[in-house]
Amino acid sequence: MSTLKVKIWRGEEDGEFQSFEVPARENQTILDVVTEVQRQQEPGLSYRFACRVGVCGSCAMTVNGKPRWTCRTHINAVAKDGEITIEPLRNMPVIKDLTCDMTDFFQKWQKAGGTFKGTVTRKDKVVTIPPSSPKRQKADAGIECINCAVCYAACDTVNWDSEYLGPAALNRAWTLVNDERVGNQKEVLDKAIGDNGCSSCHSQGNCTASCPVGLSPSQSIHGLKRMSLLSFLGTEV
Amino acid sequence: MARSNKAARNHTSYWASIGHRLSGLALAAFIPVHFYVLSLAANDTGALDGFLALADQPLFKIGEWGLVVLLVIHMSFGIRVLILEFLPWRHGKDGRTNLVWVGCIAALIIGVYFLVRAV
Repeated sequence: MSTLKVKIWRGEEDGEFQSFEVPARENQTILDVVTEVQRQQEPGLSYRFACRVGVCGSCAMTVNGKPRWTCRTHINAVAKDGEITIEPLRNMPVIKDLTCDMTDFFQKWQKAGGTFKGTVTRKDKVVTIPPSSPKRQKADAGIECINCAVCYAACDTVNWDSEYLGPAALNRAWTLVNDERVGNQKEVLDKAIGDNGCSSCHSQGNCTASCPVGLSPSQSIHGLKRMSLLSFLGTEV
Repeated sequence: MARSNKAARNHTSYWASIGHRLSGLALAAFIPVHFYVLSLAANDTGALDGFLALADQPLFKIGEWGLVVLLVIHMSFGIRVLILEFLPWRHGKDGRTNLVWVGCIAALIIGVYFLVRAV
């Protein structure tokens, strides 16, 4: 059986690559390779995963220089001459090996107003929102985010400015300001367009190019920019 | 060996943003020179005439061609950003990347037109 050469980041911010060889199998994802290394060769290797089917968003890593969801990335799609380099996601502190500290990433969701605050209680009747409503469709376009932080790792603006809220948090804010069940849309918009918000985006589009579930944080951020101008001009949001 | 610190940059929108930024920086560097030469018209017409004679040299024409191309690139890529921000997107991946190529072709055509006129 032929083998794959795998270089995996070991250590914290200061660390080095460690080389491994694993059997090259016909159906094998990057996560399978990392798991094989950890189970068979290096039990001390740290990495995150949970669902293994592209739902939980916990297994993202940098593979051959690009952030990817490793459970849905087939080896054949990324291996170059039978070699793979696997690193932790960038733009977040490394805890150990392939595991990042995602505290800032998730706190920025809160800073962007990402908590749902509805207008009714569970005792009220469920409000009917037609799926054909234009605002609902805008919200629907962004709601399938799995919080994997691939867009956040791909974003150069986050890399330059650690305070920038980033594509995932702003995408969440965009879904809320278009969600007709949300009671604090103005508050969310103010947070999303405030300091370190959507105006910091440089429109490079790395987020949209990288999103593993095909969302477009770039579209959401531009929508927020448009809304911020309308808000400034006094048009009701 | 250090970590790569790479991003997913090799796509059209990224190169458009780099083109927009670099052309803007180059034009910003040119503006002080432009205003200085303009000021010669008010302060030292002899020096202005001397500079204008120098500006008729082929090397300056090539420089002017570069400026014209940079202006078209900066304007067209800037218009693309305004379109992205103020017009509705047709779908999630609608980065209006076709406008990047329109801008490049416009810069090429206007650059060639300028060179033909200058020769």
